[in-house]
Amino acid sequence: MNELVRAIPYLGSRYPKSTRWILIALIAVAPLVTALFGNTWVRILDFALLYVMLAIGLNLVVGFAGLLDLGYIAFYAVGAYTWAFLASPHFGVHWPFWIVLPLGAAFAAFAGILLGFPVLRLRGDYLAIVTLGFGEIVRIFMNNLNYPVNITNGPQGINSLDPLRIFGWDLSRNIRIGDDFVINSLWLYYYAFLLFVIASVVLIQRLQVSRIGRAWAAIRDDELAAKAVGIDVRNMKLMAFAMGATFGGVAGGLFGAFQGFVSPESFSLMESIAVLTMVVFGGMGNLAGVIVGALALSILPEVMRSVAIPMQQALFGSVLLDPEVMRMLLLALAMIFMMLLRPAGLLPPHSRYSKPSLVLDKRGTEASE
Amino acid sequence: MITLLDARAISKHFGGLQALSDVSLTIRKGEIYGLIGPNGAGKTTLFNVLTGTYEPDGGEFVFAGAILPSGKPHTVVKRGIARTFQNIRLFRELTALENVMAGHHSRTHAGLFGILAQTKKVREEERVVTERAYELLKYVGIERFANVVSRNLSYGDQRRLEIARALATEPQMLALDEPAAGMNHTETNQLRGLMETIRHDGVTVLLIEHNVKLVMGLCDRVAVLDFGKIIAEDVPAAVQCNSDVINAYLGTGHRTHA
Amino acid sequence: METFLQQIVNGLVVGSIYALVALGYTMVYGILGLINFAHGDVVMVGALVALQAILFAQKTWPSLGPLATLGIGLVVAVPVCMLLGYAMERVAYRRLRNAPRLAPLITAIGMSFLLQTLAMIIWGRTYHSFPQLISSTPLQPVQGVFITPVQIAILCVSAILMVALIVLVNRTRLGRAMRATAENHRIASLMGVDINAIIATTFVIGSGLAAVAGVMFSSNYGIAHYSMGYMPGLKAFTAAVLGGIGNLGGAVLGGILLGLVEAIGAGYIEQWSFGFLNSSYQDIFAFVILGAVLIFKPTGLLGERVADRA
Repeated sequence: MNELVRAIPYLGSRYPKSTRWILIALIAVAPLVTALFGNTWVRILDFALLYVMLAIGLNLVVGFAGLLDLGYIAFYAVGAYTWAFLASPHFGVHWPFWIVLPLGAAFAAFAGILLGFPVLRLRGDYLAIVTLGFGEIVRIFMNNLNYPVNITNGPQGINSLDPLRIFGWDLSRNIRIGDDFVINSLWLYYYAFLLFVIASVVLIQRLQVSRIGRAWAAIRDDELAAKAVGIDVRNMKLMAFAMGATFGGVAGGLFGAFQGFVSPESFSLMESIAVLTMVVFGGMGNLAGVIVGALALSILPEVMRSVAIPMQQALFGSVLLDPEVMRMLLLALAMIFMMLLRPAGLLPPHSRYSKPSLVLDKRGTEASE
Repeated sequence: MITLLDARAISKHFGGLQALSDVSLTIRKGEIYGLIGPNGAGKTTLFNVLTGTYEPDGGEFVFAGAILPSGKPHTVVKRGIARTFQNIRLFRELTALENVMAGHHSRTHAGLFGILAQTKKVREEERVVTERAYELLKYVGIERFANVVSRNLSYGDQRRLEIARALATEPQMLALDEPAAGMNHTETNQLRGLMETIRHDGVTVLLIEHNVKLVMGLCDRVAVLDFGKIIAEDVPAAVQCNSDVINAYLGTGHRTHA
Repeated sequence: METFLQQIVNGLVVGSIYALVALGYTMVYGILGLINFAHGDVVMVGALVALQAILFAQKTWPSLGPLATLGIGLVVAVPVCMLLGYAMERVAYRRLRNAPRLAPLITAIGMSFLLQTLAMIIWGRTYHSFPQLISSTPLQPVQGVFITPVQIAILCVSAILMVALIVLVNRTRLGRAMRATAENHRIASLMGVDINAIIATTFVIGSGLAAVAGVMFSSNYGIAHYSMGYMPGLKAFTAAVLGGIGNLGGAVLGGILLGLVEAIGAGYIEQWSFGFLNSSYQDIFAFVILGAVLIFKPTGLLGERVADRA
């Protein structure tokens, strides 16, 4: 939270306390504000939060441990399809969220370990390609496991997924208060997702400033030296994959519940790359950075969609660049320009893996970088 | 005098090149033991075999009475041997404090669930590790750089940090690969003082060095490696007068280098 | 037996195309240590640009014979791709030569994405049909085994190009400079080699081959579209790794082997998996092979040759 606050230009460093409260207030009332422009925007916000979760999870693998995973979306798929199998009419199983979400996370973690084992010794480029292959293999299986036995329903996907039901509240139903006031289900989902995101941030922070976080950073910075100080590199890498996958799995389950259907289309290579772009753009390894990156690159395309379509209509009479294309263009350019101009990403990469204030003798100084 | 490390007939070849032939030496507990020899003699290779980066083709190490497993760096650390690198390998994006804390990894136990739940035990361990790391920084004299990202430290401070990090693994023996490389007179003297303090505090030191003056003045015993073979192992004064050693360094005529 | 021979023929054809593309990957990796993710998309650009030129030629000079029209397609596509390869290197990759590990790879991914997006804008999402300018009436040299003139042309042209490249690299001054740069940049430049020019040339040659491969690919399958390059690109990279990255002969061997494995596998996979898997799983072969090679024999079949980047 503090890093996020400090990152806000000008205000963040001058008035940290008030900026923090403003930020909290903004986050709390975001749905109300965006709903002024139409409920579609709240929906976009909800998806943005899911992307934030994905970016946080991928950041663990890529940013903390330095393992370039191009197939991350496979874990999202595992989580989503777990929800589809266990909370929908497809197999007639309707288990509650507090069973299905953890199961989805567990399956995703298992997939992470499965992926991790063979790639342990691979160096950067090769690791990237093999993980890409993994992501594609998962997608191909999702797409084709409808024959001879129908498991995933193939390219059509699975419909009518159960929505998120917490403590008896069905989040897909609007809530009526009195005669006039309706709380849209999209808002309910926003707050639910927000809780999950906050929980993720807390957990990741704990991992970051810990023995494990330092081990990951060590492996990332110099694997040979990490081994030389006694770090079990193999286990740490597996743990990175598994933990990263877990976040993807939970996000996947939430996605399934929210959207109501899943199909292999949502889990293409392009989505993996989109999440990677968010991480890279925002600042690899920097938690606040990837959150900003995820928000920016999931909301911006939608803003462009609503602005650019009518603009093109007005100027050219027809739509030259449809929203899908614009999104791809934005992501591609974001990635390339960030790498060329500022490879570390938007937010400065000053991640901390320790709490120096724990030390009694507080003479440690901050050197100017 | 107890033997701490016993190297028995270590051999290692790379393709056609025999890097180490039948290398045997003994290091006693509490010594500062020097390993010298011309460039390419195999000193760093011996280090790499000892610490598990390479597997030997023959021979074995006996450390503290038990055979050292080969090819497993992190087990070697657990057993009590820590090393530094010839060309300094720090965790560049981590601060000095964090580098040393990373060194504590193998001696601490915080696990995944403990960390996620932030149990009392884990929080206490984190505090202890942070303090110990700071103490080690003080020990080598760079505590004022605790929160400086390690790639921004000066060369000499980086070397000291690497030693601090190695000490964090609580080793019985510290293997230093050319710690004085690139240092001036004053820095070398400080290093010498540090190593004597380390020895005084119970850690045996194995040292690869080219700075002959440092070695002769500091080490209790010295081994000389040439073309992968030990040609002398004795106290510094005797080694200095050894004719094989003099020939190895100054040459007797034609030499072809592999 | 005929099925088996037929699969071999199919495999050889596709394999030669993979080999051509793999050469581009392997040359760039050998000289820069970079997986040019966008290489597969250069193949796609080659195919689509050629298509555009061919359609134009067919409209403007309808009396031109099919071979000449195809020639026009190639004559336009190859230089365009060469220029594209040069531009990518010059604008993006050159700046990142000394950047931290992941940056060049991520940029390459972004490049690939960008090319696909631009292609989507220019040529839309439709699967354009590629005109059959060389006859595709199957011949039957052996009982039960069919091969079309298109496929024969692909085999011949690939073979010629591969031989030409290997001769270039091993027998000419330029080739020697390329091999020197692939060994060690700094030493090569100290010996008077203009490494910037050599690296640019490597990209240009690779892209030229990619353009031809794109035309072949589209001629063989009869279609061209914006995302046609990504999968063959990945497979060609697998082929390069299989044969030994940085090793030209390895790229050729890897490409052909991969083509054969894919074709035979697709033919028999249903039998082997007791009906559980079918030929739509074909793409998985490449990935499984990639994984297996990297785990068991990372230097590839013929050994890798990667630069010592000074």
